[in-house]
Amino acid sequence: MSRWAVWAPLAIFSILVGFFFKGLTLDPGAQPSALIGKPVPPFQLTDLHTGKVLTRQTLPARPFLLNVWASWCITCQVEHPYLTELSDRLPIVGLNYKDSETAAKNWLAKLGDPYATQIFDPSGRLGLDLGVAGAPETFLVDSSGVIQLRIQGEVNDRVYQRQIRPLLETLK
Amino acid sequence: MIKTLLVKMVIIFSIAASASIETYQFDSPQQEARFRQLGFELRCPKCQNQAIGDSDAEISGDLRAVVYRMIKEGATDGEIKEFMVARYGRFVLYNPPLDQQTIVLWLGPVAILILGGVLVLLRIRRSTRALDQRDS
Repeated sequence: MSRWAVWAPLAIFSILVGFFFKGLTLDPGAQPSALIGKPVPPFQLTDLHTGKVLTRQTLPARPFLLNVWASWCITCQVEHPYLTELSDRLPIVGLNYKDSETAAKNWLAKLGDPYATQIFDPSGRLGLDLGVAGAPETFLVDSSGVIQLRIQGEVNDRVYQRQIRPLLETLK
Repeated sequence: MIKTLLVKMVIIFSIAASASIETYQFDSPQQEARFRQLGFELRCPKCQNQAIGDSDAEISGDLRAVVYRMIKEGATDGEIKEFMVARYGRFVLYNPPLDQQTIVLWLGPVAILILGGVLVLLRIRRSTRALDQRDS
């Protein structure tokens, strides 16, 4: 047995520990969006409240959040108060995903409506084009309609401070 | 005895296989085979380790519907996969193509195997040499 071979098991062990340690801090559920750096896909849907046709062109011309939600989604209720708070700082466009019109309207009437616009997508077509896997999901879109960030799950103050705000500041 | 056991096993497994029951009508058996194959190869974006073909997640049902529609419209397997990757990223492919991003994934095991083989060969040659020296 040569001298260095004695250290091989320790070396292999250390490498494995390194991988496992890294693995502890990774979230296997968090996937990078395939749409980062790409424009919001084209769509033609109606406004939940007015029934008017909404397209990519009717989106805000400044940075905004696109929040995918549904009345059947529990986490959406959890993040709702925080979104209401955020709506003072930047516009939030709602994407009502695979929901029924009445249920969605009742939900907003009960919990309050922080949304600048509400895109009604009962079939989930735009959700699919956005690569949405489930609600809630939130996208940060810049003033030219390009997706900058995707957040799967709840938006709260920690997510805002760590992910949204730093990016938002570079966009302004 | 063995026969009844086999019959039971077949029944049990066929129940598991039909976990998600949807009625899709295909124009040909080939189309249906492609639908099944894509159901195995496309990964459910919501549930880490399931293919869309055997997942009951809402999103998997939606994606199966898309695969069905695209097959009916005459899209090729490549086009369907491209559609999925454009929306859900590489993550959805259980069988990723060989390219710059996946080369380590594909060739890593082969490289490690070759390295191990070389090490074993060196080891054998050294010990036979030591034996030869002792014998002579």
